[in-house]
Amino acid sequence: MSNAEHHEGTRRDFLYYATAGAGAVATGAAVWPLVNQMNPSADVLALSSIRVDVSGVAEGSQITVKWLGKPVFIRRRTGAEIEEARSVDISDLVDPVARNANRDGSAEATDENRAMDEAGEWLVQMGVCTHLGCVPLGNAGDYALDGGVGGWFCPCHGSHYDTSGRIRKGPAPENLPVPPAEFVDETTILLG
Amino acid sequence: MSGIPHDHYEPSTGGEKWLHSRLPIVGLLYDTLMIPTPKNLNWMWIWGIVLTFCLALQIITGIVLVMHYTPHVDLAFGSIEHIMRNVNGGAMLRYLHMNGASLFFIAVYAHIFRGLYYGSYKAPREITWIVGMLIYLLMMGTAFMGYVLPWGQMSFWGATVITGLFGAIPLIGESIQTWLLGGPAVDNATLNRFFSLHYLLPFVIAGLVIVHIWAFHTTGNNNPTGVEVRRTSKADAEKDTLPFWPYFVIKDLFALAVILVVFFAVVGFMPNYLGHPDNYIEANPLVTPAHIVPEWYFLPFYAILRAFDSEVWVVIAANFLTGGIVDAKFFGVLAMFGAIIVMALVPWLDTSSVRSGRYRPMFKWWFWLFVVNFFVLMWVGAMPAEGIYPYIALLGSTYWFAYFLVILPLLGVLEKPLPQPETIEDDFKAHYGKSSTNDGATAATPAE
Repeated sequence: MSNAEHHEGTRRDFLYYATAGAGAVATGAAVWPLVNQMNPSADVLALSSIRVDVSGVAEGSQITVKWLGKPVFIRRRTGAEIEEARSVDISDLVDPVARNANRDGSAEATDENRAMDEAGEWLVQMGVCTHLGCVPLGNAGDYALDGGVGGWFCPCHGSHYDTSGRIRKGPAPENLPVPPAEFVDETTILLG
Repeated sequence: MSGIPHDHYEPSTGGEKWLHSRLPIVGLLYDTLMIPTPKNLNWMWIWGIVLTFCLALQIITGIVLVMHYTPHVDLAFGSIEHIMRNVNGGAMLRYLHMNGASLFFIAVYAHIFRGLYYGSYKAPREITWIVGMLIYLLMMGTAFMGYVLPWGQMSFWGATVITGLFGAIPLIGESIQTWLLGGPAVDNATLNRFFSLHYLLPFVIAGLVIVHIWAFHTTGNNNPTGVEVRRTSKADAEKDTLPFWPYFVIKDLFALAVILVVFFAVVGFMPNYLGHPDNYIEANPLVTPAHIVPEWYFLPFYAILRAFDSEVWVVIAANFLTGGIVDAKFFGVLAMFGAIIVMALVPWLDTSSVRSGRYRPMFKWWFWLFVVNFFVLMWVGAMPAEGIYPYIALLGSTYWFAYFLVILPLLGVLEKPLPQPETIEDDFKAHYGKSSTNDGATAATPAE
């Protein structure tokens, strides 16, 4: 007599499902550690925060520091760069969100919401193109001011960022993200 | 093994019988080597042997290179220089491995184009085609990870860009990217796992190659006419075929010898011609090379990746229809993988019942345009993403998809094919004259 004629569950059905279920769970439990070992290890995860001395950064120049294995651009902008960044209409932007870890996630991408200080002199952002992760070149691209001041250009696939690090042209979808950053004293920035 | 009727191995001596009744391995090798092969195969049917050679070359040179290589971010670059300068014959071994990858891809592209032209993917050879596509994908993965190992600038930034592709997947992309890299950026964890997988995947490829051969030994080889070998009887089959050994083995080895002359000339005299000077600069996470270019064999797909920016109307439409989930970046990634997926699905996209392009007058033109387009995409993929190049890339990418999704489905309906020969034997006689019948196993008066 085949099992199909037993409409109510038999002892054999129960054993079959129980065995298959236990087998599936055991397989999953065996596979998970093999998958999970590829996630960042404890030493990599140990969140580092670094202090950066910016006393040597002159107006109109930029330093690049390595944080979490990635470059961070710290730029002290000129008046012309700030003025240009603040004159842009939000509706002209590809990405209207500030992408600033220090602000609300929905904050608009005004220059005021991206710069560190109210005057907008300091702009701190990840030096990682939001397209595919290259390091953009500073003082370059279609949105640099005359004479090649400000703005970023990613040489990999041609993304142009304005003087506030906002994506304006090219394949990148988002503005350069602003990492958690604060001034701990006049000349030191704490990243992370 | 089912398939074309032919002689099978018969153990004759006592020892052979003893082994055969316990493990029929000699029979398996005999049947594989003596497989009836259409006798009209042309020179485009030699790439399989070249590919087999490449796989063996890469595995053998790879195993010995590993004896001297150190997979660590501080030591990897130095260990490559150690191979180049100190290891006995190290430069030669490394150059063979480097250029072996290029020969591998030249051969695989020729092999794929051969299949596309002669309709080798059509029923009943779909599985052979799909397995071949899997092998091709694994080859790309293996080559990509191998290129990261020297830990030069192109290694590092190529890895950053390509793993960034996974970060473009909506919602879960960043977690996947972190999982792949083993950290927030390409670093030691990434180098180590790529090394592990670069060693593993060639053996997976070898396994799939066996499945690939098994599949087409079951269906029989395609041939330039696309007409099937007659299976009505062994005598009929023998009029259309010759055994693989020695006829095709010798022919293939001759072709391989000619190719290897060119290959060794490149390895010996211009080993870095296909490489990038930037990869002789040690990886630096803070500086991107002015112009990141993948290896030549990835360029067509790289061009497709870059072609779709946020100003292209299909991207705008996709963005709108998905409520912003599919952005320009994800669209580019989808297009790049999609380009390979549509190629893998070609057995079901090509609606023509005629296999060989030889008898398809309209198809021929579109096919050769497809080949030209492939090289245009390769060229534009190496160019900077500015000026006219993005438009050319977009045009080329559009044609790639149109070829598989529009042209091949429509041609089957619109095209009037030319008459095909009844049998492979007819085609062979038309080519080589009547005297060729003496070559076959059949005498002047067929038995049937």
